[in-house]
Amino acid sequence: MGGIGAPEKLIVKGKRLDGRAFDELRPIQIKAGVVKNADGSAIIVQGETKIIAAVYGPREVFPKHFQEADRAHLNCVYDMAAFSTPERARPGPSRRSVEISKVIRDALAPAVFLEKYPKTAIDVYIEVTNANAGTRVAAICAASVALADAGIEMRDLVTAVASGKADGQLLLDLFELEDNYGEADMPLAIMPQTGEITLLQMDGEVSQDEAAKLIEMSMQACQKIYELQKKALREKYLAEGAATGEASE
Amino acid sequence: MADKLFVKDHDVVIPGEELAEGLDYLPAGKAFRDGDKIFASTIGLASVKGRVIKIIPLAGKYMPRRGDVVIGEVTGIGHSGWMLDVNSPYPADLNIGEASSEYIDLNKTDMTYYFDIGDYVLCEVINISEGKFIKLTAKYRPYRKLKGGNIIEVSPTKIPRIIGKAGSMIALMKDATGCEITVGQNGLVWISGQADKQAVVARVIKFIEREAHKQGLTDKVKEMLRGK
Repeated sequence: MGGIGAPEKLIVKGKRLDGRAFDELRPIQIKAGVVKNADGSAIIVQGETKIIAAVYGPREVFPKHFQEADRAHLNCVYDMAAFSTPERARPGPSRRSVEISKVIRDALAPAVFLEKYPKTAIDVYIEVTNANAGTRVAAICAASVALADAGIEMRDLVTAVASGKADGQLLLDLFELEDNYGEADMPLAIMPQTGEITLLQMDGEVSQDEAAKLIEMSMQACQKIYELQKKALREKYLAEGAATGEASE
Repeated sequence: MADKLFVKDHDVVIPGEELAEGLDYLPAGKAFRDGDKIFASTIGLASVKGRVIKIIPLAGKYMPRRGDVVIGEVTGIGHSGWMLDVNSPYPADLNIGEASSEYIDLNKTDMTYYFDIGDYVLCEVINISEGKFIKLTAKYRPYRKLKGGNIIEVSPTKIPRIIGKAGSMIALMKDATGCEITVGQNGLVWISGQADKQAVVARVIKFIEREAHKQGLTDKVKEMLRGK
């Protein structure tokens, strides 16, 4: 991926290279409603990874043959900005981004009541403006906040985090060096209310025990991220003073 | 089994948030039941009335319902009717028989005499077919072509707030500015009157849209109208 060469060690004196503990998340900030022209949107900043997600719809399906009679067509587009990586990324869809778009769609779809919007399309556009590992999981977190912000009916939000192994140590929320030079990387997405897993991938090698531990560690971290997602959505409406309204019918 | 309620009236809720436990409570609107728990399915304000828990959505697209009064823009003219854009994901159709109470002889009249492309029409949703085609009518008063004036677009979820309780908010704006204001359930608002007064109404409506989830809106609107 370019950038700096391989470091000698990824763990020095019981700490990771960026000073975190093994099971510590990078600092995460989420904000909803950042793209004015979208129906719903969110930005997530997770360490140095920055991603914007925008949701349009439900709206007319295009091209028309994607239309489904009994449900909405959920369309996800994951794209990396040319300037998002140390080495310039060639603009436009690549083999990798098409695959990630597909897994993000599959991770979000179980949470959305697609059957409530027959014959429509829900478009989710995800733009990675700075990539520093864990982009697909951060993208899922941002996209689910954006979907909720668009007022689309959902069973639950979707929360995701990656974990992995580097220098023989199980680590949560890898950053770029650990991702590139570590031994394994395991993105996981869940619906936090039920704990159902909607995405589980793995790259590298870990033992069965270690895999179970990674899943356990990620599940716990997801609950923390879930709180941040909820906070981001509430903050949009609670920004100034207490939000209450005598809703009239 | 003990029934528990986790939200208060007017709380902002998030999709998937647990609202209540136990079979004594009933979900309505955008709340749904899964097992013996009730969850919110959209971002909105909780409303608890006795045993019924309802979510009043704070965002979302317009989904047509029979009986809704909407404002549509004419986007196409066919052999026997007009195609309208009613700000929803589905196409809407205004048949010639529903356009006027008089008989329209297609051999003698140009359809654009009634509605031309780009016109705004106030109409009612009479049916939504299985295939999700919206059927409209503009046959009777007050349904008509909206001539002159201005159209502004707001979030359809904020329409109840703009109308106010029994139309109180609208009446307030009409009295203060002398403008004619017509609100479509689909989030389009038509304002007609003096140009400067139109601008005032547009500004007030945009303000209501922004602050729709807050209390004491009527007073703030009164203040805004007096200031102008």
